[in-house]
Amino acid sequence: MSNMPLDPAAVALDPETQVDPVGTGAAKKARKKFVFVRNGKSMTGLVILVIFTILGIIGPWIAPQDPNASSLDLLVGPSSAHWLGTDQLGRDVFSQLLVGTRGVMLVGLIAGVVATLLAVLFGVTAGFLGGIGDETLSALANIVLVIPQIPLIIIIVSQLENAGNVVVALVLAFTGWAWGARVLRAQTLSLRGRDFIEAARASGESTWRIVWFETLPNLTAIIASSFVSTVTFAVLAQTTLSFVGVMSLTDWSWGTVLYWAQSNQALNQGAWWWFVPAGLLVAILGMSLTLINFGIDEFVNPRLRLAGMSAGQMRKHGIRPRIGFTAKVRDLPRTYAHPTPVLAQQAAATSTPEPKEAVR
Amino acid sequence: MKFLLRRIGFYALTFWAAVTINFFIPRLMKGDPVQSLINRYQGQISTDAVHSLYVLFGLDKNQSLWDQYWQYWGQILHGDLGTSFTLFPTPVSEVIKTSLPWTIGLVGIATIIAVVLGSLVGVLIGWRRGTWADSILPVTTFFSSVPYFWLGLLFIALFAVTWPIFPGSGGATPGLEQGWNWDFIVSVVQHGFLPALTIVLSSIAGWILGMRNMMVTVASEDYVTVAQAKGLPERLVMFGYAARNAILPQVSGFALSLGFVVSGSLVMELVFSYPGIGYALFNAIGGHDYPLMQGIFLVITLSVLVANILADVVYVFLDPRTRQEA
Repeated sequence: MSNMPLDPAAVALDPETQVDPVGTGAAKKARKKFVFVRNGKSMTGLVILVIFTILGIIGPWIAPQDPNASSLDLLVGPSSAHWLGTDQLGRDVFSQLLVGTRGVMLVGLIAGVVATLLAVLFGVTAGFLGGIGDETLSALANIVLVIPQIPLIIIIVSQLENAGNVVVALVLAFTGWAWGARVLRAQTLSLRGRDFIEAARASGESTWRIVWFETLPNLTAIIASSFVSTVTFAVLAQTTLSFVGVMSLTDWSWGTVLYWAQSNQALNQGAWWWFVPAGLLVAILGMSLTLINFGIDEFVNPRLRLAGMSAGQMRKHGIRPRIGFTAKVRDLPRTYAHPTPVLAQQAAATSTPEPKEAVR
Repeated sequence: MKFLLRRIGFYALTFWAAVTINFFIPRLMKGDPVQSLINRYQGQISTDAVHSLYVLFGLDKNQSLWDQYWQYWGQILHGDLGTSFTLFPTPVSEVIKTSLPWTIGLVGIATIIAVVLGSLVGVLIGWRRGTWADSILPVTTFFSSVPYFWLGLLFIALFAVTWPIFPGSGGATPGLEQGWNWDFIVSVVQHGFLPALTIVLSSIAGWILGMRNMMVTVASEDYVTVAQAKGLPERLVMFGYAARNAILPQVSGFALSLGFVVSGSLVMELVFSYPGIGYALFNAIGGHDYPLMQGIFLVITLSVLVANILADVVYVFLDPRTRQEA
């Protein structure tokens, strides 16, 4: 995952965010629930993602023309008849992109789901088993991690005759689960030693129940972020693979459009409408996924959230913004869960993060 | 010591896995490489030679898979990667030897630029959190979400076709004498500029973000507050106290990314027709050149392994805590 490796240290959850402190009121709970959605970054990302998903579903139906139908308008620029111009056979680029959205989203979804399932399976199992089982699974994940993905995928896919989207998605999933598994294992190990798990064990809960109802809910954020990273990677990889022409060219996808553009010298002919939109689409989709991941990161690691006031607000109050120092002004309408700041400070004092556990 | 032994065991295991995958790649594939070679030479190869070709490429049908496997190991350990199909009598190691320096030189320099620049920007953004500096992040994220080969295509269209400032393909002007002479170096730099720019732009966001997040985390540590309270100069606190501790993951990340120097920009080389490893790999795929594919894959895996070892060593040197755990 060259895109944005998830730093295990950054992911190390602060205990307060995951273990709901005992005695929180319903109001606080409701507020906590919406922290993620209220985050502007993740909201933007989610909206873009939803739009792309809808386009992926209805794209082939709303495409103005058949993407394979050639016309007499060869290589013309954007016009009212062809919104994004045509290619060298007079095919409508806009329709090709619309139809291709489904393939891209499908690969992202399948690869993301399968890889995340594998990551959870391997990571949580390794974290819970311990001993020789843990060693074996970790070694497996580390080997998959070290073996270079992209060249391997290119070699495998180029050897499969007419590899379709589903096959490529599965190849991506089976080579891309390892990082998520590693992060999940580390977090499972750290959770396993926590008091609430010990308590569950002492009260005689079965291992299955502990895994499903005590551990997995506390791993949600990491699982989600690993899913989003895998989807990002899969979208980029799918585009790359169809661009280099190792995938089947009968299915349309954004990379296929780029492939035809490159192999027909679109660049030298100045046919920018042919290759610029496809790349922009990948970039926008990738950015929306990254924004969602930012949101998850900030949700998981409160230190990344902007605490207190922004620098501009501080300056307004005549405070010099400095790092490592959070200004709190009483009469500012901050989101205190408690009626008075005094109480809030007490609550903060009781739930100050414990000294960081070493996450192996 | 135990830690060291475990790491060595892990690397040996990974090496074994890589070689084994490598061994099976051409054998699981459809199509007969020798047959395609014969087709390429269209009758110039006598039927007597066919069997010896199978033996030469280690695909002797009279041998069991197990024997072939052992033979393959023997070859690898002797540094013999076989003979290329497409460039027929040239050994694979020769092909790799000529293309590797191009890739390492270009991508290596681009990676170093991206890491240094990205970390510096990350320090500044992390330190000035909550100011306008935060808005740099989305911009760089956009560049990292762009498929980098597409960025390369765009640069070629702009700076090689529309305004021909830089050459759009190749590694150097053909016909120049390769070596340490001025004309050749200038030509290499000119040819490498656009590919390097592509790599730096598309990879810098990760470094900025990593550094920024570590800065934010470290900056709220007590020792930073104490340093501030002592009235030390801002710059000293920023670089000497906060950045110094925040840079640790960056350094090990850098060591790891060295492994991807060889493999990280395969498609970039295709776009720019840069005469490196990636270009060779795509040629090998196009020509069903299995020995070359295998050889390149092995070299790429080896470089990642070496980078991992390096990252381990660096980490132990930099972070005393890992030494105690070991």
